[in-house]
Amino acid sequence: MMPRMTMLSGWGRFPQFQCKVSRPRTAADLRHLLAEGSVIARGNGRAYGDSALNIRATADMRHFNHMLAFDAASGQLTAEAGVMLGDIISAFLPRGWFPPVTPGTKFVTLGGMIAADVHGKNHHRHGSFGGFLDWIDVMQADGQTVRCSKDENRDLFEWTIGGMGLTGIILRAAFRLARVETGWVRQTVIPAVDLESTMAAFEAAEASAYSVAWIDCLSSGPRLGRSLLLLGEHASPGDLHAAAAANPFAIFERRKLSVPFGMPSIAHAAPLARAFNAMHYWRGARDARARLVDWDRYFYPLDAILGWNRIYGRNGMVQFQCVLPLDRSHKGLLALLSALSASRQAPLLAVLKRMGKQDSRFSFPMEGYTLALDFPVSPAVLEFLSRLDQIAVEHGGRFYLAKDSRMAAATFHASEPRLPEFLAMRAEKTGTRLFASAQSERLGL
Amino acid sequence: MSGRTVLILGGRSGIGLATARAFAAAGHPVQLAARNVESLETARTDIEIRYGVPVTLHEFDALDSASHGRFVDSLKILPDIAVCAVGVLGDQKEGERDLKSAILVMRSNFEGPASILSELANRFEARGSGTLVGISSVAGERGRATNYIYGSAKAGFTAFLSGLRNRLSGTGVHVVTVLPGFVATPMTEGMDLPPRLTAQPEDVAAAIARAIVKRKNVIYVRPVWRLVMTVIRNIPEPIFRRMRI
Repeated sequence: MMPRMTMLSGWGRFPQFQCKVSRPRTAADLRHLLAEGSVIARGNGRAYGDSALNIRATADMRHFNHMLAFDAASGQLTAEAGVMLGDIISAFLPRGWFPPVTPGTKFVTLGGMIAADVHGKNHHRHGSFGGFLDWIDVMQADGQTVRCSKDENRDLFEWTIGGMGLTGIILRAAFRLARVETGWVRQTVIPAVDLESTMAAFEAAEASAYSVAWIDCLSSGPRLGRSLLLLGEHASPGDLHAAAAANPFAIFERRKLSVPFGMPSIAHAAPLARAFNAMHYWRGARDARARLVDWDRYFYPLDAILGWNRIYGRNGMVQFQCVLPLDRSHKGLLALLSALSASRQAPLLAVLKRMGKQDSRFSFPMEGYTLALDFPVSPAVLEFLSRLDQIAVEHGGRFYLAKDSRMAAATFHASEPRLPEFLAMRAEKTGTRLFASAQSERLGL
Repeated sequence: MSGRTVLILGGRSGIGLATARAFAAAGHPVQLAARNVESLETARTDIEIRYGVPVTLHEFDALDSASHGRFVDSLKILPDIAVCAVGVLGDQKEGERDLKSAILVMRSNFEGPASILSELANRFEARGSGTLVGISSVAGERGRATNYIYGSAKAGFTAFLSGLRNRLSGTGVHVVTVLPGFVATPMTEGMDLPPRLTAQPEDVAAAIARAIVKRKNVIYVRPVWRLVMTVIRNIPEPIFRRMRI
């Protein structure tokens, strides 16, 4: 197993570090790595920032890519950490199963999904991915593998979910897929004229399986927070038109667009972004009736554009994602969106989602509203995001580590009352500090 | 094409496993053959779970020619397609000093594969159908100082496949010669391969599938190697003997 110096980054391509990357194939390979010093496991590198890179040693876990067992009665899949969500869908959707929780891309590994405790458009009803895990095998600093679950080694189980790989190396896990009747989704689009309407629409859509709002964050004044709320339900066979009904679980080989490397940073001039936002809103508002959309287009629209992160140009992109507690969401969102509209920053994507109750040791979601914004990297943007950080913290918010690439340690500490316990856990078990990433160093985790 | 059983000889190898997966994905039952084959159980269940085709494991030693007849008998189903991905790179310098090491490389890359393919050729010919795929190497196109022990064995194997193809012409049995250049597998793990010239095992698997469908005789993976080897083959010997490549 020969390590190779490779320039690594997250999906945002910012920051970038030369890292010593190994591609272990066996548990023995991993033990060799652990014996040499600090290391972080890496999946498919879809975290936006530096959570899955360690300059000294990064263990690319994608050779651990075997599906180990499937129980057709319960839908429980046992698989190694490097198995990709897209492959799980290819294998099991034809048999009527779908991931119970899915993030915005299917190009993530099982290990990554656990470490980030990913959430999706159904969080308000079904919570995060961690809720569907039955057990995880985690390799500890001493090379021993521990099986953890709600019934055994419960602490390790709860810290590992959302623990960003800092509790050990996830080797394999068992989780439950959800039954679906078809691979199609009934989508409804609801335009909302301002923030209050948007939030009211979310509350009214509590019973929807899936909900997310695309926010027109360049609106200001009375239109601040106007958005398109996209609701979704899994379609039943009766909903399908003839073409779809013939093959209800079809996996489409979509022709993929590919963004060229080295795009210059032209696409971000504010007027251009404003026009894009307005056009998108107008088209969406027109089309408010229910439509049938295939699973790939509904859940993974951006996956169709290979390398879409390169649209942001050479300097890369940075994402801001926070969640605000329910009782302070309205004020907090008003403050964030006002700051955004007053600044000259033009995010290309802005997403709002109502989240349900969740009480995890270290995972991101909490009951309230989460706002995610994408920006091209520049000194002005980085400075502006620090201001957004402050606003979020002032309103009791916290931040999604799978998206973070630039937050200051002090800010993160201020946002996270669970941190002292996390740090105690890191200190208590000898050797846990062996698992470290550029992000954990930056944030003092 | 689907439904026909595929035998992968050397089922532990990077190319062998990638080929097994590619065929399984297309609906073929797969037979994986290797030494200590029980240790391939994880690969077996993975392929079965992903693709829903039956996958069976078969103990097989390429170096034990005497056992090859029995091995083919032991396969409950005579496969429609057999892919030989058996091979070992060896260490050139070590082989120069230690004859036993050199002989192992030559037997693993030529004698062993030729023996099992002979056995299968006879059975396929008797049946009147089938495809044999031999994974040779561009290293066999010309012997050079840095790897001629491996290269000469592959050269022998390439000629063997060519002769077999000639013999079986008109019998309903097709023979495909696969000539990979650099491939990123465990066999080349420690090497510093040039990224632009290096294929993934999945690329080789896809090329094999295409070659079978299109009944190609000799394929290079990546295709650029056809050009590279044409040049190398045509360098006059007085010049080539002084080169260091």
